[in-house]
Amino acid sequence: MNLAFSAVFGLALASAVAGASVLPSRVAAQEPIRIGELNSYKAIPAFLEPYKKGWELAVEEINAAGGINGRKLEVISRDDNASPGDAVRVAEELVSREKVALLTGGFLSHVGLAISSFAKQQKVVFIAAEPLTDKLVWENGNAYTFRLRASTYMQVNMLVEEAVKLGKKRWALVYPNYEYGQSAVASFKQLMQARQPGIEFVAEQASPLGKIEAGAVAQAIADAKPDAIFNVTFGPDLQKFVREGTTRGLFTNVAVFSLLGGEPEYLDPLKDEAPVGWYVTGYPWDQIKTPEHDAFLKAYRAKWNDYPRLGSVVGYAALYTVAEALKKAGSPDTDKLREAMAGLEVGTPFGKVVYRALDHQSTMGAYVGRTGVREGRGVMVDWRYEPGEKHLPPDAEVKARRASAN
Amino acid sequence: MLASLLIQTLNGLASASLLFLVALGLSLIFGVTRIVNFAHGSFYMLGAYIAISANAWLGGGALGFWGGAVVAALAVAAIGLAMELTILRRIYRAPELLQLVATFGVVLIVKDAVLAAWGPEDILGPRAPGLTGSLTILGKQLPTYDAFLLVIGPAMLGGVWWLLNRTAWGLRVRAATEDREMAAALGIDQALLFSSVLALGAFLAGLAGALALPREPASLGMDLSIIADVFVVTVVGGLGSIPGAYLAAVLISVVKAWCIGLGTTTIAGVTISFSKLTLVAEFVVMAAVLLARPHGLLGSEPAVQRGAATTFAPLPIPSRSFWAKGASALALLLLLPLIVDRYNLVLLTDIAAFALVAASLAILMGWGGMASFGHAAYFGAGAYGAALASLAGLPFAAALLVGLAVAALLAALIGRLALEASGISLAMLTLAFAQILWAVAFQWDEVTGGSNGLVGIWPPTLLAEKWAYYLLAISFAAAVMAAIWHLAHTPIGYALRATRDHARRAEASGLDIKGIRLAAFVLSGSVAGLAGALLVFSKGSLSPDALAIPRSVDALVMVLLGGVETLAGPVVGAFVFTLLSDWLTRATPYWQAVLGMTIVVLTLVFPRGITGTIGGWLAERRRQ
Repeated sequence: MNLAFSAVFGLALASAVAGASVLPSRVAAQEPIRIGELNSYKAIPAFLEPYKKGWELAVEEINAAGGINGRKLEVISRDDNASPGDAVRVAEELVSREKVALLTGGFLSHVGLAISSFAKQQKVVFIAAEPLTDKLVWENGNAYTFRLRASTYMQVNMLVEEAVKLGKKRWALVYPNYEYGQSAVASFKQLMQARQPGIEFVAEQASPLGKIEAGAVAQAIADAKPDAIFNVTFGPDLQKFVREGTTRGLFTNVAVFSLLGGEPEYLDPLKDEAPVGWYVTGYPWDQIKTPEHDAFLKAYRAKWNDYPRLGSVVGYAALYTVAEALKKAGSPDTDKLREAMAGLEVGTPFGKVVYRALDHQSTMGAYVGRTGVREGRGVMVDWRYEPGEKHLPPDAEVKARRASAN
Repeated sequence: MLASLLIQTLNGLASASLLFLVALGLSLIFGVTRIVNFAHGSFYMLGAYIAISANAWLGGGALGFWGGAVVAALAVAAIGLAMELTILRRIYRAPELLQLVATFGVVLIVKDAVLAAWGPEDILGPRAPGLTGSLTILGKQLPTYDAFLLVIGPAMLGGVWWLLNRTAWGLRVRAATEDREMAAALGIDQALLFSSVLALGAFLAGLAGALALPREPASLGMDLSIIADVFVVTVVGGLGSIPGAYLAAVLISVVKAWCIGLGTTTIAGVTISFSKLTLVAEFVVMAAVLLARPHGLLGSEPAVQRGAATTFAPLPIPSRSFWAKGASALALLLLLPLIVDRYNLVLLTDIAAFALVAASLAILMGWGGMASFGHAAYFGAGAYGAALASLAGLPFAAALLVGLAVAALLAALIGRLALEASGISLAMLTLAFAQILWAVAFQWDEVTGGSNGLVGIWPPTLLAEKWAYYLLAISFAAAVMAAIWHLAHTPIGYALRATRDHARRAEASGLDIKGIRLAAFVLSGSVAGLAGALLVFSKGSLSPDALAIPRSVDALVMVLLGGVETLAGPVVGAFVFTLLSDWLTRATPYWQAVLGMTIVVLTLVFPRGITGTIGGWLAERRRQ
């Protein structure tokens, strides 16, 4: 029994320790540069599967073009189980065992913030690809964290530009009840009140994420008789809301603004039931005619035999950010990488973006337009690209919000 | 206003019908087999996806929609039957709730299977032909399909009532629900009965998934988003009561619809956002109902489960060699920083905290015979207590104490309330309180940081190195484990197990049943709280995720995998489950399915948990 116990315990420990024996030796000059990537692949597959295809394409292109100063890129990708606790452990594994030069990834805001807190503590650069929360680069910003995607505030501001033009008085708000929805609505209210005095918010519906009671919500909004609706729900919630609202005639003669509503991830499943005439931020992948986007589209279709979603662009641009930062830094040293990231210029399918030294936010923008239906599927019409730098608050305000960060 | 309220009531009733259809199957399955079928939400999801494919295959139209729904329901029934025949049948005799772990494994497998078969994108299903328009009622529009659903719920209620009360099969189901052993003694073929009930339950869930399509797209989150609600409906209605389940579904759905209808309202100068209440409405309703009626709306005192009370083997008294083994294991663990890499230390720090959580749950489940489905409450409360104390400037040691104290207080409060009920009702009450706490942490931005949570919670520089923190965590865990193991064979430990094995005899012997159980809650909550406090400083951040249902499920899985009847079980469970998840997420993109399969296999091979079953083998060998 004692022997059996020792054997079992020893075996268990030995297997736990197995990783230790395969520690990489000192990184030689020609060995690949390792990049740690972590995301909630199983929890958010609709966005993150295209995202993964995006960064895999980028890695292939970068390595085919000779890599970074002669060294290839190797991405070590992990699932963070959509849990901040697991994400921090996975990040630790990537940093201490896989010896990655930096971390990238993230989708959920609370997970992104957990990784960013870890990055600061462990002094490792974290390039957040997707988490939208304003706090990531402002209130909770830190010296090691940078963010690619246009933040909640920026995207709301893009829609506000359009909303004030209509001069609608009675607004209804519907949003998923967590930080993203709450801060989107808070920014929307604040920006609208500043630019359109006398505006009224006649209904406010906060639905549990993924569990909207769309019929009841549509009814409650209709009862408030709004002139316009600002919607922040996305994914299955949005699809339910569109169907119920359409059946109940909610959207007749009401202007609807929908954050992220034009992203293929959320627009495509609606097919011919996609709403017509909604003001959205999104990604009209089939209509953009810039050389950088053409090249991306062609390469993506060739490799995956599928069209890109917004996630694909985010993944692709995140890895190009990594590559440019490594090139500019000249070595995978954290302090050099941080220096390189400040003010870094990166070419993306949306054009050139800059990571601002002020708050580490990139100037990647979004496409703003209206929705329509063409050949039985939802599309964006009358769209234009809104560069990110146009939609950030004045530097003084950013500095104030970032005051507690360091 | 009145018209709005009426329409909102109709909205609620329409939602209630679907919820009831899913709950109906769960209630039948639980009544007959006593299995808490975690995979019931997966049946619902499968029904939706299969109906979409069947619809396309049948060429759409009315045939595609209605025929597709029947095909989907039948296919899901077959899947349910397969689960019964291959997995559940082998473990009916295992300790209560082990089947829950097996069905949790099935949830993971189904999730990955659906992802592989239908891809990651949400699929908006077909609308019911002929029912796509809306009716005008009091100048407001109600979708025709909702009107159809309004009818379907009561119709299914009637149909199942007829089946149960007017057929020979129904008679057997009712007999088995009331008294399984007696039914078996009277010659009712249990295997056949269980299989048929599983198939019918799965059929109903699959049908509900298919019928939900006009209102809800097929998505990979459907399973978990409905499962908690369905449990709530089943328990609020009264376990095994079909009309009760309908009533509960109506109550919960209508309350939600009214909350939405009221929206943001100012009452006596106070602005209340009723729509935000929908985040936990079902759990608030459940807590209220179970506190007033512990057996649910229409439930009755559950029949005495003969033989159930004697299934617990006596807890072995730790021998000298047990302590010696523990000491040598600890010595080895303390030396580990010299030989293993930093990541292993971080992993083992996690495991130390999870082992404490599992051990604390095992005090309630194993010694006390009280299942707790909301154990994350204490873990999370300890974590939030410590994090807030630390952010407020308290030193590390004081912050740990604050975390422990907050969790102990919370456990006293929850225990005081939940102990009004027993069995599954008690377990569901703990879940209700955990969810309410989760919602508070989720909404209270100023204090808890809302859904984003708190960041920058790190230990003092002395403990900043991973090896230092690891040594601290291991020492704490070892000390607490030793204390728990010691307590097991002190009067309080014996008394607690007496209340589990025979409450009435224990009471007659002069034991204060409620007091002892409450003490167990406080002890258990303190240990879980300490684990939460220890872990938060290792992670540096904290969000309501720490209080969420998946964390409670993890704890249950660890305890039951390791073995609830032994002292070392929870530790082994935490070790195995955490290592498995850690390895598998790295090993394969389909790690969920592989993890699920591994869990299922482990429950089949070790029906009494890893330590329980191996201990049984060893005892058997010694006897020979």
